[in-house]
Amino acid sequence: MVEFALPKNSKISGGKTWPKPAGATETREFRVYRWNPDDGKNPSVDTYHVDTNDCGPMVLDGLIWIKNHIDPTLTFRRSCREGVCGSCAMNIDGQNTLACTKSMHDVGAGGAVKVNPLPHQPVVKDLVPDLTNFYAQYASIEPWLKTTTPTPQKEWRQSHEDREKLDGLYECILCACCSTSCPSYWWNSERFLGPAALLQANRWVTDSRDEATGERLDNLEDPFRLYRCHTIMNCAKACPKGLNPSEAIAELKFKLVERQI
Amino acid sequence: MSGPSSMRTPLERVRGLGSAHTGTGDFWRQRLTAVAMTLLIVPVIVVVITLIGRNHAGAAQILGSIPIAIILLLFIIASTWHMKIGMQVVIEDYIHNEKLKIASVMANNFFCVAVALASIYAILKLSSGV
Repeated sequence: MVEFALPKNSKISGGKTWPKPAGATETREFRVYRWNPDDGKNPSVDTYHVDTNDCGPMVLDGLIWIKNHIDPTLTFRRSCREGVCGSCAMNIDGQNTLACTKSMHDVGAGGAVKVNPLPHQPVVKDLVPDLTNFYAQYASIEPWLKTTTPTPQKEWRQSHEDREKLDGLYECILCACCSTSCPSYWWNSERFLGPAALLQANRWVTDSRDEATGERLDNLEDPFRLYRCHTIMNCAKACPKGLNPSEAIAELKFKLVERQI
Repeated sequence: MSGPSSMRTPLERVRGLGSAHTGTGDFWRQRLTAVAMTLLIVPVIVVVITLIGRNHAGAAQILGSIPIAIILLLFIIASTWHMKIGMQVVIEDYIHNEKLKIASVMANNFFCVAVALASIYAILKLSSGV
């Protein structure tokens, strides 16, 4: 059966409350998930107080401030700090999103900012999830142009109308906010490709230049790979880029019906 | 990931046994039966209301009408088919033990066919005035 409870070694217990920064006039409380693979202990939630006069407005700014000023062992991924790379995806106040584009003033209603790793993924350390399976699923949809016709000398041509069909699909940054918010993905992440990989699959199925549309649909037509999606739409709610993977999946299903009827 | 499968590459694990090339049929039939039930539900409710308080002979008389019997038969076929597909989806979602899953899918099929046949038999029996 599906596991509804956390395994014993993942149960959260205790946590350290770090002292408030000396001399700070305005602080914001952060409650951050901590887990260290090396100490053999269960995860905990540490409490920090960030000096908001000394740091930027985003949740990521707060985390970087904690790392620089309070606890250098706090571990998280970040790179571009402007919503382009997708590295700092995490669960903030119960919602998967990018820490760099989420203002700390918009979460927690003035209370604590609760920060956890993306749900239902193995944790490498603290806020860093192991996305190996997620990336392998992306690789499995073969996200590149597949053609049989000899490559033209200049370029593969595409009409403006066909190019527009890729809007809402190509912008995905593979942050995994959508897939890790999807209950179907939680229960069957080994077999269900998840919203991110399926949105990307639809991006290549939709691309007018690609000559492997049928083969791509063949590979997706499976009760688990595609049809685990029950249009719950957590994916669309979570997407920090405002995309709608649920709609992309519906388009895939429609194409599969269309080629049969 | 632990156990014997941990030495397989992540891509090999994702590809697994490959695509089943099915699922679209069930997806389509679930919507087909849903639309059918939406159309049939009002006449079915009307028939059920008219049956309230009637004795066996009265019920047999109402179901003796061919259109009424056909509406009820169509509703039974659509709803039990829909029930079978819907329950199978729930089983596939939540039951991960392969043996238990196969047994559950089998039991679901048996149950839905039995419900459908019993209902169809009852309608036919009543509509033929027996």
